[in-house]
Amino acid sequence: MSADPTQVLAFESDCHIFSGCGFPAPGLHSFVFKPLFTVGGFEFNKPMLLALLGTVAIVAFFWAAFARPKLVPGKLQMIGEAGYDFVRRGIVYETLGKREGEKYVPLMVSLFFFIWIMNLWSVIPLAQFPVTSMIAFPAGLAAIVYILWMFLTFKKHGFTGGLKNITGYDKSLGAVLPVIVIIDFFSNVLIRPFTHAVRLFANMFAGHLLLLTFTIGSWYLLNGIGIIYAGASFVMTILLTAFELFIQAVQAYVFVLLACNYVQGALAEHH
Amino acid sequence: MNALVTLAATEEQNPLIPEIPELVIGLIAFAIVFIFLAKKLLPTINKVLEERREAIEGGIEKAEAAQTEAQSVLEQYKAQLAEARHEAARLRQEAQEQGAALIAEMRAEGQRQREEIVAAGHTQIEADRKAAAGALRQDVGKLATELAGKLVGESLEDHARQSRVIDRFLDELEEKAEATR
Repeated sequence: MSADPTQVLAFESDCHIFSGCGFPAPGLHSFVFKPLFTVGGFEFNKPMLLALLGTVAIVAFFWAAFARPKLVPGKLQMIGEAGYDFVRRGIVYETLGKREGEKYVPLMVSLFFFIWIMNLWSVIPLAQFPVTSMIAFPAGLAAIVYILWMFLTFKKHGFTGGLKNITGYDKSLGAVLPVIVIIDFFSNVLIRPFTHAVRLFANMFAGHLLLLTFTIGSWYLLNGIGIIYAGASFVMTILLTAFELFIQAVQAYVFVLLACNYVQGALAEHH
Repeated sequence: MNALVTLAATEEQNPLIPEIPELVIGLIAFAIVFIFLAKKLLPTINKVLEERREAIEGGIEKAEAAQTEAQSVLEQYKAQLAEARHEAARLRQEAQEQGAALIAEMRAEGQRQREEIVAAGHTQIEADRKAAAGALRQDVGKLATELAGKLVGESLEDHARQSRVIDRFLDELEEKAEATR
């Protein structure tokens, strides 16, 4: 491999096929960024910049849409309302019900649009990097949901009741009860936050790798007879970009849906 | 540069270990979004959505009320119209009946008057006939007496006898008249 592991963009090299240059395959190094600047040991890199820009974009959009709302909505307000309504009715009310769910609507709406916009950076020209493919971002969000889940469980059922709720404790299970308790404890308490974060992270990570592979491929093949293959690779890039757009929305939806399910589990009566 | 490469290489080992600075930035970014939405923007839009819902429901209620009122007014009008028709029919019927009765009454009255007049006529005629018959009898008797007196040359002074003769004569005349009829 002649690829420079620290390269950020595929097009930084002048590497083409038939020019004695190996394919600069994307890999883990594609997710390592040189700090843009450092403040007292705090390295500020591209994903952080994108995260902050995304935050500004979300707040700006909803500010423009909702800050001075009208009874008869304008275009922007209508779009905002559609998005808001999608999460509120489509996810929160569906899982938690209108009465129980209303309290969690702001959190779930924030989660959905935050994750979606962070995912969306993947296909925004020049940025072209999904912030959520850095595990720290999904992990932080999953941690918020996890803490909320634990808090609600023990607040609602007390300490022993909460433990029973988490471990699926049920006397009627008889001899298999200890097994169930152990399995449920592992799956709920230890593995759940991990899978919650990794599901989003891995999807965005893999999606970014796919896009990189075909993007770099298009560039790399652009020499001699390879041009034909470069065209095929470029078409793939376009198709995968469309596919990624879909996946980004789906993953945001899944993350929020799971969060609602966890909250619902915490509020439900234990069996 | 070399140090950076080795640093990157060691960091590459596990992409599942979160970097603390990224975690911090991520949480701060999310907190900003959450605070703006939860504290300011979503309550604002919720209020408007609620107002809109009320406006729409109020509009529907108003429309329903108007429709109900229109319906009741329509029914009222229909009832009134039916009543008026009924009344008109009743009046017509009554007028017909009254007319018929009036005609019958007038007919009866006419009949009665006619009969009265006819009866009065009859009586008058009878009376006249009787008077005429009486007068005629006297005249004829007198004339006959005079004639007989002249013829006989003697005065038939005896009244009673005279009367008897005349009566007999007249009766004979009547009998003759009866026989020829």
